[in-house]
Amino acid sequence: MIGALTLLLVYQLVGEIIARGFGLPVPGPVIGMLLLFLTLVVRGRVDDELRRTAGGLLQHLSLLFVPAGVGVMLHYQRLADEWLPLLAGVVGSTFLAMAVTALVLQALAHRGEGKKEDGQ
Amino acid sequence: MNPRFDEIWVYLSTTPLLGLTLTLVAYQAAWWVYKRARFHPAANPVMIAVALLVAVLSLTGTAYQTYFDGAQFVHFLLGPATVALAVPLYAQLPRLRTMLLPLLGALAAGSLTAALSAFGIGALLGASTQSVMSLAPKSVTTPIAMGVAESLGGLPSLTAVLVILTGILGAIGARGLFRLMRIEDHAVRGFATGVAAHGIGTARAFQVSEQCGAFAALAMGLNGLVTALTLPLILPAAMRLFGL
Repeated sequence: MIGALTLLLVYQLVGEIIARGFGLPVPGPVIGMLLLFLTLVVRGRVDDELRRTAGGLLQHLSLLFVPAGVGVMLHYQRLADEWLPLLAGVVGSTFLAMAVTALVLQALAHRGEGKKEDGQ
Repeated sequence: MNPRFDEIWVYLSTTPLLGLTLTLVAYQAAWWVYKRARFHPAANPVMIAVALLVAVLSLTGTAYQTYFDGAQFVHFLLGPATVALAVPLYAQLPRLRTMLLPLLGALAAGSLTAALSAFGIGALLGASTQSVMSLAPKSVTTPIAMGVAESLGGLPSLTAVLVILTGILGAIGARGLFRLMRIEDHAVRGFATGVAAHGIGTARAFQVSEQCGAFAALAMGLNGLVTALTLPLILPAAMRLFGL
């Protein structure tokens, strides 16, 4: 587990260095994810240890968003003043984006494959 | 209040232990409710845990910054967890290869829709410029959204809240929306959830199926990249359109 955690942190660190070094607007961890993905593609397999550690971290991914969510406390005033445009913007755009993505993907994928994919 | 307890409280409230433990306890409670609700999306654990913590902090008069001194250890794990998303992504490699072009097309459409509709709805309903700028990147994962908001002149901490709200809404509403649209394919469901509702949507998608989660993770990562690269270029034009 420590080995795999070290690996994840090293990729994150390299991602941060690349992001800062080249002044990219993309956060380090996302670059780290892409690099790790490329590494796995090149190596053609995933160690058991990495699979278990990644699975453990991702199983409770929701937990990791809790501290930022509690930051709602800092914005009571603005939320009270602008709740309608903010709420409408969040609700409207979330479901619009979800529907548009699904429709476009469904249309393009099923045209390309020429058969209907079934969900599992 | 008992003076001894008062002393203990004064000590504890200055250590990170309290914020960290509170976060985990609140999450355990939220998870218990989620499980009891048989993982119904409306019992979203992020929403319940945040509500519990806000209640406790408000009742005890604890400042967010004090809480975050401890909770930051949990927050920090978002970094390695993001890197770890490469693993389930890799497991979907065969399917990714066959769907690459459709995925990129859907990504472009979904990413633009998310940012421009958030921006447009907010601007039309009279949100302040700062709020609109905080709203635009809200469909991408927290660290990216905060960075983009900052570069646009929004408020990063407000963006973080809007991002979390987006994720919770997406995680709660996805199943209903896809049923309504009669979309069965878990790859399509996952990808759309990841584009619109980033990590919290992805967390929910992983609870639905491995394939759903992997495609959500892919979508979240790609949408983060695309939004970070394009939104600072597109938004000035959109602002002129709305006269901001």
